[in-house]
Amino acid sequence: MPQRIWPDALLAAHLLATDPHGFGGAVVRAGPGPVRERWLDGLRAALAPGTPWRRLPPGIGDDSLLGGLDLAATLAAGRSVARAGLLAETDGGLIVVPMAERLPPGIAARLAGALDTGTASERRARFGLVLLDEGEGDETVAEALADRVAFRIDLSGVGIAHCDAPAVAAVNTEVGTPEADPLGTLCRLAEALGIASLRGPILAARVARALAADGPIGTDAITAAARLVLASRATRLPAPEEAPPEETEAPPPPSEEDGPTDQATDPAPADAAEDRVLAAVRAAIPANLLDQLLAGGVRLSTAKAGRVGQPAAARTGRPIGSRRGDPRRGRLDPLATLRAAAPWQALRRAEGETRPIVVRRDDLRIRILRQRTETTTVFCVDASGSAALERLAEAKGAVELLLAEAYVRRDRVALVAFRGAGAELVLPPTRSLIRAKRGLSGLPGGGGTPLAAGIDAALTVALGVRRGGSRPVIVLLTDGRANVARSGEGGRARAGQEALQAARALRTAGVPALVIDTGARGEGARSVADAMAARYLVLPRADAGLLSAAVRAAL
Amino acid sequence: MPTFPFSAIVAQDEMRQALLIAAVDPSIGGVLVFGDRGTGKSTAIRALAALLPPMRAVVGCPYNCDPDSPAESCPHCASLPGARRKSEKKPVPVVDLPLGATEDRVVGTLDLERALGAGVKAFEPGLLARANRGFLYIDEVNLLEDHLVDLLLDVAASGVNTVEREGLSLRHPAKFVLVGSGNPEEGELRPQLLDRFGLACEVATPQDIATRIAVVRARDAYERDPEGFCAARAGDETTIRKRILLARERLPHLNVPDSALERAAQLCLALGTDGLRGELTLMRTARALAALDGAEAVTDDHIRRVAPAALRHRLRRNPLDESGSTARVERALADVFS
Repeated sequence: MPQRIWPDALLAAHLLATDPHGFGGAVVRAGPGPVRERWLDGLRAALAPGTPWRRLPPGIGDDSLLGGLDLAATLAAGRSVARAGLLAETDGGLIVVPMAERLPPGIAARLAGALDTGTASERRARFGLVLLDEGEGDETVAEALADRVAFRIDLSGVGIAHCDAPAVAAVNTEVGTPEADPLGTLCRLAEALGIASLRGPILAARVARALAADGPIGTDAITAAARLVLASRATRLPAPEEAPPEETEAPPPPSEEDGPTDQATDPAPADAAEDRVLAAVRAAIPANLLDQLLAGGVRLSTAKAGRVGQPAAARTGRPIGSRRGDPRRGRLDPLATLRAAAPWQALRRAEGETRPIVVRRDDLRIRILRQRTETTTVFCVDASGSAALERLAEAKGAVELLLAEAYVRRDRVALVAFRGAGAELVLPPTRSLIRAKRGLSGLPGGGGTPLAAGIDAALTVALGVRRGGSRPVIVLLTDGRANVARSGEGGRARAGQEALQAARALRTAGVPALVIDTGARGEGARSVADAMAARYLVLPRADAGLLSAAVRAAL
Repeated sequence: MPTFPFSAIVAQDEMRQALLIAAVDPSIGGVLVFGDRGTGKSTAIRALAALLPPMRAVVGCPYNCDPDSPAESCPHCASLPGARRKSEKKPVPVVDLPLGATEDRVVGTLDLERALGAGVKAFEPGLLARANRGFLYIDEVNLLEDHLVDLLLDVAASGVNTVEREGLSLRHPAKFVLVGSGNPEEGELRPQLLDRFGLACEVATPQDIATRIAVVRARDAYERDPEGFCAARAGDETTIRKRILLARERLPHLNVPDSALERAAQLCLALGTDGLRGELTLMRTARALAALDGAEAVTDDHIRRVAPAALRHRLRRNPLDESGSTARVERALADVFS
């Protein structure tokens, strides 16, 4: 595979260099290192001389990104001086975004908007993006941006030794039979690969056009476009005809020497051509897609920040002093600003200033705000007969212990219990020890296990907590043996299914969770924990102290 | 490069209808578009704005005031001496509201440069001012902070932005069509906010290959020759533009018969929508659609066609009913109109 990735990566770089805005850019997943540098060098070398190439500084403000008033010049001149932002300055070129997986959603949205319109603050800004994704595991570039750029390149498995492959064996666009219906082929391919967004096939069509250099689009161009654009967006494997999906990787990808020529000499009917393209694409599908599919479902892009109720960074909170800074990116502290300007007044007036108070940019002070995000732990406790009364007592004990601790840290605790036909919010998010004890002591046990209802209720509480600006964490204590469906009817199969469904909803909502399996026999709650992407602990005989220690350690 | 023409948008009939209705009667209160990525949400809204005829606006007015509107309602125009309001033609604005926009930027704030530099207390208009008489587009509205959504809906409903902050106190016109879009899987809007949007439509990526190919083909043709592509559709665009303008003229004179009102009430009752906003929107929307159709009066057919968009986001959540809200509206429609 790595041998194959590098030439494709270079090809993508060359294409991108010809029309940065048209292709939108590329997501490059790789750690910082020589391989990534070499790719970037290749891209830069391919660009026409004089093409703008800029790096997006982290934490860039609106006026430097989109353009606006030049604060320094304005204060100096005493009249408004406009300046172009980074986006407009990079018109026709490329913007490199380091650590793109951590890009704040606000910036991502502005970049996406500018990509769509080709303008920023009414100036022309037709740029492309190189999103350097250094994420590990589930961290990915915001889907809103990734969807808009043509190429996704994963260099993480490529060693420097692979990079010596001869530079772009520029796809033999001359050879290859002209396709009768190239766009149709790309659409059908996208469908087969489970690509929902139409930007996939649209961008692939653009790539195919560029490869064909405005001539008729041949099979090779289609294959390359599908490999470059569609393969990395696949969410499912095309229905395997003969080989099971596990083996699709095994057949060696058609080597560059014989593959294309074979196709050229073989005037195959459209259907066969499509199959061949599909085979080529299959070989280019990232290997980890297989793992994900086998693990049950593709990783959902977890929207990390900017969620409903997530407090804006450092725009609210308790002021804890002030610092020099741009008031557009914070709140002006007028007193500190004047104090900073005061000593200079005599000097500045001596320089010929006539205004009563002369404030320059260096004097501007903004407030430093500190925001405390408290954590609310939502306990979701299985109070059914199967979980045994004793477990319930331990859970109560653990809640009390954590609560005592939370009281010190000013965190909050909530408790949802499920038994019999449904779930009940025993303890709404609280910091009150007395209230909690009263709620806990009256908690009965016994009955069936309506796991889905319990998870639903915990999620509702957690989302409410999040809207309130606090960070929810769900701790689910259960043996995983669901036997009551949401409707209140019994039935293991349906109850289990609904529990998994509820667990997936929890994962989609992005609430962190911990599942503690209290079952005495094996890992009954493992599947639920996996479905909610939760940490999983088996603690069949934990007492209250051990439980609270486990929760503390895990969170 | 000219904007992708509205008439060339393939499928997504419901979204297009909702946008046209909002363009005819902005008082309906905004359109919410929920659906997958890459389904042409932003393309459609930009295309619609480009299709509308340029508006006459007072020269230099940051709020794009109509020269025929009373000058008192606008702080800029009121400050102009006498009746000297020159006008110019401007395209209908589409303002993007990015996620993470601060309240300052949305509402407008003290003009810092002038305050610090010249010691003048002046107002620096925000995005709401720029959107006056146009469209305010929020992608991923479900990820926007709640207090901003609240504020936007308030302004959208009243048409006036009231600023009381940092020693400033002023009101300026801010009438716009709010268009929000988002993907419900990434976070839902609070029901209170949902209810305040006039129309809600669901867009999905077309599932049949033929439509998908048609979309890609149209896009490809447009990219290869934007001017030619748009020129070929100029006729269709003019037709739609005329339809909107005629509908706007006809709207005030259209009568809504009692039978239609009764139907609307029955429908809302059957669905158990809270409050009267459902009925009101349903009635207004049906009227706008009738105006677009050039009909004499609002008929059952109009109500039937707009009911899903006007009502689906006002239903109470029912955890036991797994079928989507659209299916529930359809069921109620079948009952009421049987």
